[in-house]
Amino acid sequence: MSDKQAPVSGLADYKYGFSYPDQSVYKPGKGLSEEVVRAISAQKREPEWMLETRLRALRAFYRKPMPNWGAGIGDIDFDDIYYYAKPTESVVKNWEDLPEDILKTYDRLGLPEAEKKFLAGVGAQYDSEVVYHSIQEDLKSQGVLFLSPEQALEEHPDIVKKYFGTIIPFNDNKFAALNTAVWSGGSFIYVPPNIKVEIPLQAYFRINSENFGQFERTLIIVDENSFVHYIEGCTAPVYTTDSLHSAVVEIVAEKGARVRYSTIQNWSGDIYNLVTKRAVAKENATVEWVDGNIGSKRTMKYPAVWLMGEGAHGEVLSIAFGGKDQEQDTGGKIVHNASNTSSIITSKSISKDGGTATYRGLIKVAEGLHNVKSHVVCDALILDEKSISKTFPYMEVESDDVSVEHEARVSRISEDQLFYLTARGLSEEEASMMIVNGFLDPLVKQLPMEYAVELNRLIELEMEGSVG
Amino acid sequence: MNLKIENLKAGLPDKKILQGITLEVPAGEIHALMGPNGSGKSTLANVLAGHPQYEVSSGNISMGDINLSELEAYERARAGLFLAFQYPVEVPGITVGKFLKRAVELRRGEEGRFNVSAYIKELRENMDFLGIDQKFINRYLNEGFSGGEKKRMEVLQMLMLKPDFAVLDETDSGLDIDALQVVAKGINTLRGEDFSALVITHYQRILDYVKPDRVHVMVEGRIVLSGGPEIVDELEAKGYDWVKDSL
Repeated sequence: MSDKQAPVSGLADYKYGFSYPDQSVYKPGKGLSEEVVRAISAQKREPEWMLETRLRALRAFYRKPMPNWGAGIGDIDFDDIYYYAKPTESVVKNWEDLPEDILKTYDRLGLPEAEKKFLAGVGAQYDSEVVYHSIQEDLKSQGVLFLSPEQALEEHPDIVKKYFGTIIPFNDNKFAALNTAVWSGGSFIYVPPNIKVEIPLQAYFRINSENFGQFERTLIIVDENSFVHYIEGCTAPVYTTDSLHSAVVEIVAEKGARVRYSTIQNWSGDIYNLVTKRAVAKENATVEWVDGNIGSKRTMKYPAVWLMGEGAHGEVLSIAFGGKDQEQDTGGKIVHNASNTSSIITSKSISKDGGTATYRGLIKVAEGLHNVKSHVVCDALILDEKSISKTFPYMEVESDDVSVEHEARVSRISEDQLFYLTARGLSEEEASMMIVNGFLDPLVKQLPMEYAVELNRLIELEMEGSVG
Repeated sequence: MNLKIENLKAGLPDKKILQGITLEVPAGEIHALMGPNGSGKSTLANVLAGHPQYEVSSGNISMGDINLSELEAYERARAGLFLAFQYPVEVPGITVGKFLKRAVELRRGEEGRFNVSAYIKELRENMDFLGIDQKFINRYLNEGFSGGEKKRMEVLQMLMLKPDFAVLDETDSGLDIDALQVVAKGINTLRGEDFSALVITHYQRILDYVKPDRVHVMVEGRIVLSGGPEIVDELEAKGYDWVKDSL
């Protein structure tokens, strides 16, 4: 096998890099201050406890140092960012009621079309606020709530107050603190006991403004023996300056519940994507994170599952594509806090054109547990000599009756494979793409069909150097 | 289709291997290329197929009126040249069915109007013909295949792609007699006035089943002897030293 570099074309032009003029109805000046936090809270007419939480989080943000590990994020200029931009006065229930540019944006992203075909509910966020929200009537009548967090705070303040910040405390890390201080938009889902939401709910996060910070907040509570699949998509325009996306996602899977949370993050190449995602799985509950990171300049994201009840199961499927000037620092964390719990982390990463893809994961098993199983598999594919793959599998195991397995493989596209496929008539580009798709195939197979198609299409765009 | 090699000199960047090969296989004929290990037979196969690792310093290769020397490997394949690999490469994640569908589509120039059900029918028939289990359609290409399974897969690809000219690079090596007969059956079924082939082999064994029209012997990067099938028996009896000594 030869290590000679695979002749793959340059990175594709970014298909979703368009933008429309900023027509925000309210937008405080650049930079972060107590004044900005108070202004955001005032816009939302929040209860006092939420403002208090925000201010406490702001102090924690100032206090906490920047992480000295992970992707290179030292360049973020917190003073050069807009922390809030309100695109419309209210949330609409019909796409047609959106301002023209915003509607055009979602049309170009294909969201109304996807809603018709395979979604049970959609939330669409534009800069800081959710501008469109829908849920199928039958779900609504069964008591399923799918709202913006602002609506939830207004209509169901007790549930929000009970769970908000309990899975990810305001001072969990610097960026969770920042999110808690200036959060705006996101999703709130509550599924009552014994309800299976068979069709996925989707939220779409779109940044339109330049030098912008998007800080959505998502809270998903799935009650006993219920199921929901939530999908998150994200894109942004291409600007010459950087923007920041720093979300917090908290999930509670009650006894016997199952939650699947799928993301295909396709941010433009000027976004710092620093997200904290954590779920709690109670007795016999299952939480699955499917986390695809294709875009962004820097991503640091390690979806976590805390297995808190016996019989709980956690899974993370992580797919990362580190292209030119990109650094994907991703992975997953599983904390086993109960006996008879199991977990699987599967990571597939591709690095190309000098990009970096890093797997960073943690398996933690608390003291005094028995029959705990965990399996971690990390596969990396490096497409050329300039590109980098790193693996940091951390393990903290404090019980004896535990089976923790870790496998890691790094491979390169070999000249032999390319020649074999080209000798059958495939161009070198198509051959490379086929090898990459083949590398991802075992993982993509586990995705819902529409989703697998979308992921394959994005990877092909990254590989092809062509614009659709 | 006929293949014409004229004074071909080629090798690796730091090593000359082919020292001026001239060889013509007329349309409809099957020729055997024999020679001891290290004589340059596989290099010739790879150079014919357009392996980018090899450098051609002079000479010309043409198939019919197509000048192959100017084409990339994938263009040669689409034009109708086929190389059965001595060591087929494992490509994880790509199923045999999906891969072959794409290759056949490209070969036949039928992108966008490809008849999938006809393709699957033909694929299944050819698999039966070669005694390959249908389960292989959904297996990843060559991954975990035994040596014999890999060689059968090469012949299956050849039958599906229907080349005008095939180069079989030691497709017989390492095969038991049953597998050898299957490979021979595959080649013989393509035999006809539109098809020609160069069967590269170290042993005479496969030539008991695939009768060559002519036989060429290669030593140290040169064709040192060409003649009728009787050469095979002579080589068998006297060994390659006989050719070397007679140089």
